[in-house]
Amino acid sequence: MEGPAPRVLVLAVGNESRGDDALGPLLARRLEELDLPGVRVLADFQLQVEHALEMDGAARVLFVDAARGLAGPFSLAPVAPAAGRTAFSHALAPAAVLAVFEQVLGRPAPPAWVLGVAGESFELGEGLSPQSAAAAEQAWALLQRLLARAADWDSELTAR
Amino acid sequence: MSFELETAENRENLRRVAIEPVSRVEGHGKVTLLIDEHDQVREARLHIVEFRGFEVFIQGRPYWEVPVMVQRLCGICPVSHHLAAAKALDIAVGAAPVTASAEKLRRLMHYGQILQSHALHFFHLSSPDLLFGFESDVARRNIVGVAAAHPEVARQGVLLRKFGQEVIRATAGKKVHGTGAVPGGMNRHLSAEDHALLSRDIHQIVDWSRAAVELVKRLHRADPALYDVFGTFDSGFMSLVRSDGAMDLYHGDLRFRDAQGRILRDHVPDQDYHEVISEEVKPWSYMKFPFLNDLGPEAGWYKVGPLARVQNCDFIPTPLAEAERREFVDYGQGRPIHASLAYHWARMIEMLHAAEVIRGLLDDPDLMSGALLTEGAHRREGVGIIEAPRGTLIHHYRIGEDDLVTMCNLIVSTTHNNQAMNSAVREVAKRYLSGRTLTEGLLNHIEVAIRAYDPCLSCATHALGQMPLVVELAGPDGTVHDRVVRD
Repeated sequence: MEGPAPRVLVLAVGNESRGDDALGPLLARRLEELDLPGVRVLADFQLQVEHALEMDGAARVLFVDAARGLAGPFSLAPVAPAAGRTAFSHALAPAAVLAVFEQVLGRPAPPAWVLGVAGESFELGEGLSPQSAAAAEQAWALLQRLLARAADWDSELTAR
Repeated sequence: MSFELETAENRENLRRVAIEPVSRVEGHGKVTLLIDEHDQVREARLHIVEFRGFEVFIQGRPYWEVPVMVQRLCGICPVSHHLAAAKALDIAVGAAPVTASAEKLRRLMHYGQILQSHALHFFHLSSPDLLFGFESDVARRNIVGVAAAHPEVARQGVLLRKFGQEVIRATAGKKVHGTGAVPGGMNRHLSAEDHALLSRDIHQIVDWSRAAVELVKRLHRADPALYDVFGTFDSGFMSLVRSDGAMDLYHGDLRFRDAQGRILRDHVPDQDYHEVISEEVKPWSYMKFPFLNDLGPEAGWYKVGPLARVQNCDFIPTPLAEAERREFVDYGQGRPIHASLAYHWARMIEMLHAAEVIRGLLDDPDLMSGALLTEGAHRREGVGIIEAPRGTLIHHYRIGEDDLVTMCNLIVSTTHNNQAMNSAVREVAKRYLSGRTLTEGLLNHIEVAIRAYDPCLSCATHALGQMPLVVELAGPDGTVHDRVVRD
């Protein structure tokens, strides 16, 4: 017998072999090991259109990704659906995946947030930079708080 | 050597327009145009920052790790690298051919990859341009705009993509970092549960793929003046072809045709690719320019990918796609079709073929039973070639006595199409941009031409905030007069 559908979907993106791009999948793996009830964790290289279908049934969605140009170790910000296509890339931004959800499934996308973790070096074959390893620990503490009491996400917003 | 519009004279006196992603981490494509005082395009170049350092990343690793590691090269087509590496290393472990079950499982995985990649490209990346027009409101030119105007088309595109991903998961073990193919074969059968899941949906997938071919044909018929002319230029073709001349995207020998469709080279074994292909280096581009040795760099370059494959083979070995191939060839009235936008038509024919192949394979009991691994006398070198979604992909390895990789050479599809994409950019710039004040819509013509080839410019990293596109208009002295940033 399957249990109730997980209410929170964590969608982590990044490539473990490209330096700080590994932040998303590394945090996803730690979350999977916790095996929290009501939390489903997915990790992929990049966001694509079919990820919109993975959000079906989720009460909220948290995107986790490496990010450049942050003022601090991480940022947490709500994200709304917005259509978009990059000029030379096959990947989608979180807002675009939410927009695909609304258009394909015909109803509002679940509330979503983006947890960006500060990355600075993305070279092939590198490990995490020391700064990003430290940022990952702070993001990990936030992730645990968020997923323990999901109703209070708004109070955790740190978007700058 | 240099092609028309490749290098202008008196470059210092010309204005420069760059279509350029800010970051080099993912946005690897950049177009530069040099324009004279009469707005005439004098030089047009597509620069692609190739993934450098990947060969070094692989060298020194145990050969059996390679099929998994190479998936980290590309977040778009990891399965193609996974299978090309496994095929190369089959040779190294004396496992050519692999068992019937292993080959069929790999084919299922590969055609699943073709299906999902072609669906993503047509429905997500290209149909917005084709359905709304190149100069339509930029806010509509995305899949959400398509969904608003053509909801069923957008929905089918997403579900086709999803099905292809499920095929990959079922054969590779998971969607990301799959471990299904190993040197010498496969490490899993298709489960009964996954067989039932895929069998339930495959007939719908075939039907939707047929509808996609019809859609792209309607677009061609509605505006032949555009579709037959836009980005059209002569070149040769290259692809793998089965020994009997059939299209085969998983395995075969190399065939080259010239621009008139005459076969130049046939039945070139995959292990001998380096005897017929060389790569030219140009000072202005990180990416090399491959060519057929027989003709040299000036005349020996070629197109790869769907447009080449559909016209390079003698037939497609599935009935629905073969009927579509015949109609496509007839459209050329005895001459090969070289229009860049015809890539979309050919791509949808291949998507239909992939759906038919998957449907046929699902009836084969070898997917769920039979030997998976074989091995023979080991060699220290192997080449694996596969027709990836965007074209021919070559992996070549040498292995030391300690079983560590000592040499790795990759020629990816986008590299094969480097000269063709540059030619498309120049043709479009000359025909549509020269003499006109540049607008976003006109610059989008350049992007449309490049997108037709479905270049893979994203090498599996994409941190947030990496992808704005910047267009700069600079004077001869380098002063920037105008700058537009598009996220």
